[in-house]
Amino acid sequence: MSKLKVATTSLAGCFGCHTSFLDIDERLFTLLDLVEFNRTPLTDIKHCAPSDLGLIEGGICNAENVHVLREFRRNCKVIVALGACAVTGGLPAQRNHLDLGACLTEVYLTERGMAHGLIPNDPELPLPLDKVHPLHEVVRVDYFLPGCPPSADAIWAFLTDFVAGREPRLDYGLIKYD
Amino acid sequence: MTEPATFLLDGVEIPFAPGQTVIQAALSAGRYIPHLCYHPEFRPHGSCKLCTVKVNGRTAASCTLPAQAGLEVESETEELNSLRRTLVQMLFAEGNHFCPSCEKSGNCVLQALGYDLKVMSAGFRHFFPDRPVDASHPDILLDFNRCVLCELCVRASSEVDGKRVFALSGRGADKHLIVNSASGLLADTDMALTDKAMEVCPVGVILKKRAGFAQPIGARRYDTRPISAQALEDAPRPLGQGHCEACEASE
Repeated sequence: MSKLKVATTSLAGCFGCHTSFLDIDERLFTLLDLVEFNRTPLTDIKHCAPSDLGLIEGGICNAENVHVLREFRRNCKVIVALGACAVTGGLPAQRNHLDLGACLTEVYLTERGMAHGLIPNDPELPLPLDKVHPLHEVVRVDYFLPGCPPSADAIWAFLTDFVAGREPRLDYGLIKYD
Repeated sequence: MTEPATFLLDGVEIPFAPGQTVIQAALSAGRYIPHLCYHPEFRPHGSCKLCTVKVNGRTAASCTLPAQAGLEVESETEELNSLRRTLVQMLFAEGNHFCPSCEKSGNCVLQALGYDLKVMSAGFRHFFPDRPVDASHPDILLDFNRCVLCELCVRASSEVDGKRVFALSGRGADKHLIVNSASGLLADTDMALTDKAMEVCPVGVILKKRAGFAQPIGARRYDTRPISAQALEDAPRPLGQGHCEACEASE
């Protein structure tokens, strides 16, 4: 049996969900017998090839996030919103009740000692979106794994179900919003 | 002696006393119906609709529905739990419920209902309303971002504390919790830490200052035991019924 191909990325996230993923510890060896990693921060592969599973941490806060998310959706049979930010927008979305222009003005112009009084506009920088969005507002999402971050046990439970071809299901104690 | 009057809840006979509502009789008999704005010590408010059941084919809030002999009540069905999941998602969507930074996380009824009903996704586009906090009181913080308009603090403050510190104002989507003082600030009321209104908030609106995050993750109320297994412990019921080990052990 060929190994399942898995891709992962962190968009507007903090890599906490990836860290929690790595917290499955020695179970990684079991996992590596069953899956191979494609695009992920762990392999440093930069673009997503056709994959069976895409684990996406973080919400959508800028134009690059949208491009990466769409690349994952085009290439992954199944997309998982991994963690609070991917599911609801999470911490970055706490700016959503504020005006983006007012935020940038406050940080870069009003606040003393910041960036020589200019709002950064280098073409290399992805343009921020007006609001932060969860993944499902941009692409179709197949599964949601809430938590900040989802625990290693929750991620492991999901992956073992998925790899075994079962409908993923989390028992009480593995569903957390914090 | 005549047999007590009963109704059927998910096929099980539930006895009831005259004047009891369906949820009161169910909880008294050790049967859980999900609920949020209902509290056994207060008159029902009937606003959150989490306790909706199907009675003789029609939906009704079990906290306001008087128990009657012969009712056929459905509660633990996929149809009703699916509706309840949607209600939980809508409550999350209306406010700013950012669990990772909330002192009430792990002890929050809204969150516990989400866990127990297996609410995994946002479902709706969140409103992200702009709701400033009231930190004016020396001992108490009000974080309106998390208010679900259950009115329990309003009921506790007026009915038990006799202070009328809180009220709901506005209509429909504009409905919101207000503080009854000329300035609108909690500091200008006689709210105190010993008030009943301090205890009843099911979410993280009314908080004691300098006491947050005291319990470690894992030791909080809903970390390991679902709310469906614990709500019965809060419900008053005759001795010997239900499965409240804590109560029975103390007798």
